[in-house]
Amino acid sequence: MPSTTLEYTRESVQAAVSTGRSRDRNSKSLIFLILLWTSLFFGIMVLLVLIVSTAIDGAGRFDSALITKYDSTLFPERTGFRAGILGTLWLMATTAVMAVPLGIAAAVYLEEFADGTRWYNRIIELNLQNLAAVPSIVYGLLAVAVMAVIGFQRKGIVLGGAIALALLILPVIIITTREAIRAVPNDIRFGSLALGATPLQTTWRQTLPSSIPGIATGTILGLSRAIGEAAPLLLIGIAGAVRFDPTGPLSPVTALPIQIYSTTSQSQEAYQQAAAAAIIVLLVLVLALNGLAIFIRNKFQREW
Amino acid sequence: MATRPATFKSTDSFSGSLDNYMDSIVEVRPEAERALPPEPESPVMETRALNVFYGDFHAVHDVDLAFGRHEITALIGPSGCGKSTVLRCLNRMNDLVTGCRVEGTVTYHDVDIYTKKVDPIEVRRHIGMVFEKPNPFPKSIYDNIAYGPRVIGMQIDDMDAHVEEALRSAALWDEVKDKLKQSAYGLSGGQQQRLCIARTIATKPDIILMDEPCSALDPIATSRIEDLMTELRNSYTIIIVTHNMQQAARVSDRTAFFTAKPDETTGNRTGLLVEYDLTKNIFGRPKDERTEAYISGRFG
Repeated sequence: MPSTTLEYTRESVQAAVSTGRSRDRNSKSLIFLILLWTSLFFGIMVLLVLIVSTAIDGAGRFDSALITKYDSTLFPERTGFRAGILGTLWLMATTAVMAVPLGIAAAVYLEEFADGTRWYNRIIELNLQNLAAVPSIVYGLLAVAVMAVIGFQRKGIVLGGAIALALLILPVIIITTREAIRAVPNDIRFGSLALGATPLQTTWRQTLPSSIPGIATGTILGLSRAIGEAAPLLLIGIAGAVRFDPTGPLSPVTALPIQIYSTTSQSQEAYQQAAAAAIIVLLVLVLALNGLAIFIRNKFQREW
Repeated sequence: MATRPATFKSTDSFSGSLDNYMDSIVEVRPEAERALPPEPESPVMETRALNVFYGDFHAVHDVDLAFGRHEITALIGPSGCGKSTVLRCLNRMNDLVTGCRVEGTVTYHDVDIYTKKVDPIEVRRHIGMVFEKPNPFPKSIYDNIAYGPRVIGMQIDDMDAHVEEALRSAALWDEVKDKLKQSAYGLSGGQQQRLCIARTIATKPDIILMDEPCSALDPIATSRIEDLMTELRNSYTIIIVTHNMQQAARVSDRTAFFTAKPDETTGNRTGLLVEYDLTKNIFGRPKDERTEAYISGRFG
């Protein structure tokens, strides 16, 4: 009998298995577990303290004036963020209209039609990864250039802001859409092609519908990143003090983060309160968007 | 050799000479045998000097085959012998594999389908394919069937009747007629595979290629698919790749035996055709000793 073989007897197994202690619960793993819990606790506490203190600061201003009135220099205690909220909604809608079709189309090309061995496709590929990490203010600059090329004198309008934000979230949408398309099994594509469907029909009728949940989640996460951005909007010249509702893509506009920024720079206490309350409004908008993303993902999720 | 028990139906536990082995197979499905010429007359599809490469890897070497109309041809052989590769050449599914290169000719009704003027999509409309793993679309049963006719633009006045006909031909109608609007993913594996066959039939192809259609199925589902193939033979030309020799013996009219030969320098295994004949000859009187070794279970 080879020496590596172990002899298992009733006694040896019982002695080895029921020792009365678990190696799971020794001091090393306990310390490790405590470390993990502390890190988690620290992260959550910082976030919680921030949100709660902001909410307490703004507690006096959760009234209807906050969202129905424009900002006021005469009555700081009645200043409102109507222009910012409506402006943000307009910006988001316009951004989505521009970025979503473009992003999906780019992802479909790269994933389904591009020949990955060609040098130009590889350059696009490489740049895409880098673009996702570019600071947002650079996209503001790019949008200024685009607006100048199109020929707009005034750039702080819905279209200008939306171009900046669309450029910003385009890499995010392309990357998440590609992942969603890649998750569709090749069996489905081959099944469709073997019936005589064209690659275009296969993409349009099989691959894309199957990847809707992933695309929707990526899009909404991209938008919820864009909703909190102030830097690119500042750069394109979107003002803080706007006292009218935006009426279209070419209308001057402000955005909630910009308005919060300009309000906090005022000295009166009432403005600080209003800004804190507006921050909570912005947080609620972001959370609502993320919640929608989770809802869509869970509702349409498919196991292959 | 003792006399076979009267209830002997399966070939699984069989351990006897080749002749008795063949007898037992024929007994399972006597209708599989019919009078056929030794060579396919005016074959619908032919390969000549077919060579397939994946990059530098030589996958299949010099395959000459002719497929007879309304016959079932089985391609058998050990793993890695290139039989699935050959099958995928017949409707240009290999185009979808990056780095795949096909040399030689594949003629379909005397048209070389690998020439520039041939549209691979049109080829696939004529030559349908059923895959190893059932791959229904994530749609309703009805839409799975209707998808093919819709995308290829068939003129169909009554799609409901067309769907019913396709499901009936695949012996699936009675099981699914009350849940046509339900997801195809709710069906069992065997039902899903018959749905995939129905989906192919719905586009009215000329030839149906089947790539190990039963390897993911249990014996009962397998037997139903085999029954189905024998019925479909009356209207379609079927070419099937199978690992299961008994299956080839039960359903096919002709059998092509492939094997893999390792390259002396690189060790890469290149598939080649050893023997192609009527199924009863391949299993009853194989000419090549490699064929005999394989089907009698001594190799592979």
